[in-house]
Amino acid sequence: MKVGIQKVIEFKNVSKTYPNGVKGLKNINLTIEKGEFVVVVGLSGAGKSTLLRSINRLNEVTEGEIVIAGKSITNSSGASLRRIRRDIGMIFQSFNLVKRSTVLRNVLSGRVGYHSTFRTVLGLFPNEDVNLAFEALERVNILDKAYTRADQLSGGQQQRVSIARALAQEAKIILADEPVASLDPLTTKHVMDDLRRINQELGITTVVNLHHVDLAQEYATRIIGMRAGEIVFDGPVEEATDDKFSEIYGRPLQNNELLGATV
Amino acid sequence: MMNQPIKTSIPKPPSKIKNYVTLLLVLFLLWGSSIQTDSSLAELVAGFPNMMDLLNQMVPPNWGYFDNITDAMLETIRMAVIGTTFGAILAIPIALFSASNLIQNIWVFYPIRFILNLIRTVPDLLLASIFVAIFGLGSLPGILALMVFSIGLIAKLTYESIEAIDPGPLEAMEAVGANKIQLIVFGVIPQVAAHFISYVLYTFEINVRAAAVLGLVGAGGIGLFYNKTLGFLEYDKTSSIIIYTLVAVLAIDYISTKLREKLL
Repeated sequence: MKVGIQKVIEFKNVSKTYPNGVKGLKNINLTIEKGEFVVVVGLSGAGKSTLLRSINRLNEVTEGEIVIAGKSITNSSGASLRRIRRDIGMIFQSFNLVKRSTVLRNVLSGRVGYHSTFRTVLGLFPNEDVNLAFEALERVNILDKAYTRADQLSGGQQQRVSIARALAQEAKIILADEPVASLDPLTTKHVMDDLRRINQELGITTVVNLHHVDLAQEYATRIIGMRAGEIVFDGPVEEATDDKFSEIYGRPLQNNELLGATV
Repeated sequence: MMNQPIKTSIPKPPSKIKNYVTLLLVLFLLWGSSIQTDSSLAELVAGFPNMMDLLNQMVPPNWGYFDNITDAMLETIRMAVIGTTFGAILAIPIALFSASNLIQNIWVFYPIRFILNLIRTVPDLLLASIFVAIFGLGSLPGILALMVFSIGLIAKLTYESIEAIDPGPLEAMEAVGANKIQLIVFGVIPQVAAHFISYVLYTFEINVRAAAVLGLVGAGGIGLFYNKTLGFLEYDKTSSIIIYTLVAVLAIDYISTKLREKLL
C-alpha cells in the first residue's frame, strides 16, 4: 500500500440480480480512497441506492466482492460482519431515528457495536461514550437538544442527530442515502455543510447519493454517475460539467434536478 | 368548471341484490338457530313473571352484606393483578418470537402463533376448571387461568404492534453493527413500550371481570359468593355482590382508560 493512498472501499466485479431477473448492478469495479467525498448521481432506479447499501451489506450482492479497509464484507458474517459495519456510519433519507427515544439515546445507539450485549441492554455506557455522544452533538450544533425526544425535532435537526450517531460510532466511512431528499433547500445546505465539514476535519470517507446535480457539483470531490446499474461516469468534480450530467441522465437536465432552481 | 355540462353519462348505482340476499341469509340463520335450540318468543314471555319475581327479591339489596364480601372482592382484584403481571412478563418473549419482522423463520413464528390462537380459544372458566382439577380449590388455579389467558391476549396484540413498527430504526441499528438483542432493545422496545403497557392495562380490566366469575368453578375470588348466595336463594345478597362488582369494575375501567389515554 502506497503512502498517502488507502483503499477504503473496493468493489470487485460486483453484480446484483434481483430474483425477478432485473439487474440492479452490472459488473461494478470501483475503488474509493480515504478522505474522498464521493457523490453518486443518476436517475431514480439507476442503482445509486443499491450501490450504496451494498457497501455495508444492507443489500446483498449476487456476484463479486466488496472489500472495506482490507476486509471482505461480502464474505463476512455474524460478529465479523457487525465489526465491519461498526466502522460504517449510515445516514438515511427518512433519518431512521427511534422517535420515542431521546436524542442522546439515539446517538448512543451508535456505540452498541463496541460493548457487550449485556452492558448495552442495561444502558450502561461508559462515560467516554457519553462524552463522545455530546461531542458529536456539539459538532452538528444540536447539543442543547440532547434530552429532547427525537420526534419533537424538525426534519433538519433529526438528520443532524443521525449524523451525530454516525460520528459517535467513530465511523471511518459515512454513507448517506439521499440525506437531503426530505428537507427544504436551506436545511439541505446546513446538512450538506455538516457532512463536508466532518469529511474535511475528521477525514471520514463520505459517499453520498444525491438527486440534485448542482449540490453534487458544489460538495463532491469526485462524482460517480450511474445509469441502469452501470457506472457511466467517474471523475473529479471539475470534469463533471452540465454536458456530462446530461450524458449520465441520457437527456438534458431538468429544473427539478437543480436545487438552485427550487429555492 | 362547475357550469360545464357533464359529458360522460352518470354511472348506474350498483345493484342492491347483494344486500337483500345478505338480509335473507341472516334472517334464515336466526330462524334456524331458534328452531335448533328449541327457544321461542312464547317461552320468553311465559318466563317473564319469574324474571320479575327474581328482580323483586333482589331489591332492596342486602347492604349489610358488603362487609362480608370485601375480602373476597380484594382477593378478586389481587388475582387479576398477579395473573396479569405474570402473564405480561411471559408474553414479552413470546411476542418477540411471533413477530415476522424480527424472526424471519416461518418454522418459529407460525407454530408459536398457532399455540397462541389455541390458548385464546379456551374459555377462561374452562382453564380455571382444569387448574382446579390439578391444584385443588383456591385462588392459585384462578391466578394461573388468568395468567394463561393474559399471555394469549397480550402476546397477540403486542406482536401485531411489533409488526407495525417503523422498520427504519431497525435498519439503522443493523447498519451500526448491532446484534439481534441490541436491535430489539434499541429499535423495537422504545417503539412498542407504550402500546404494550396499554395492552397490559386493557387485559387487567378484562381479568378483573373474569376473576369475578372464576369462583363459580371454585377458583377463588368473589365468584364463590355468587355461587353460595344463589344456592341459598338469597337474592338480596346476590344483588349486593353484583352492585359491588359493578362499582369495582367501573372504577378500575375508568382509571385504566384514563391511564391508557395518557400513554398513547
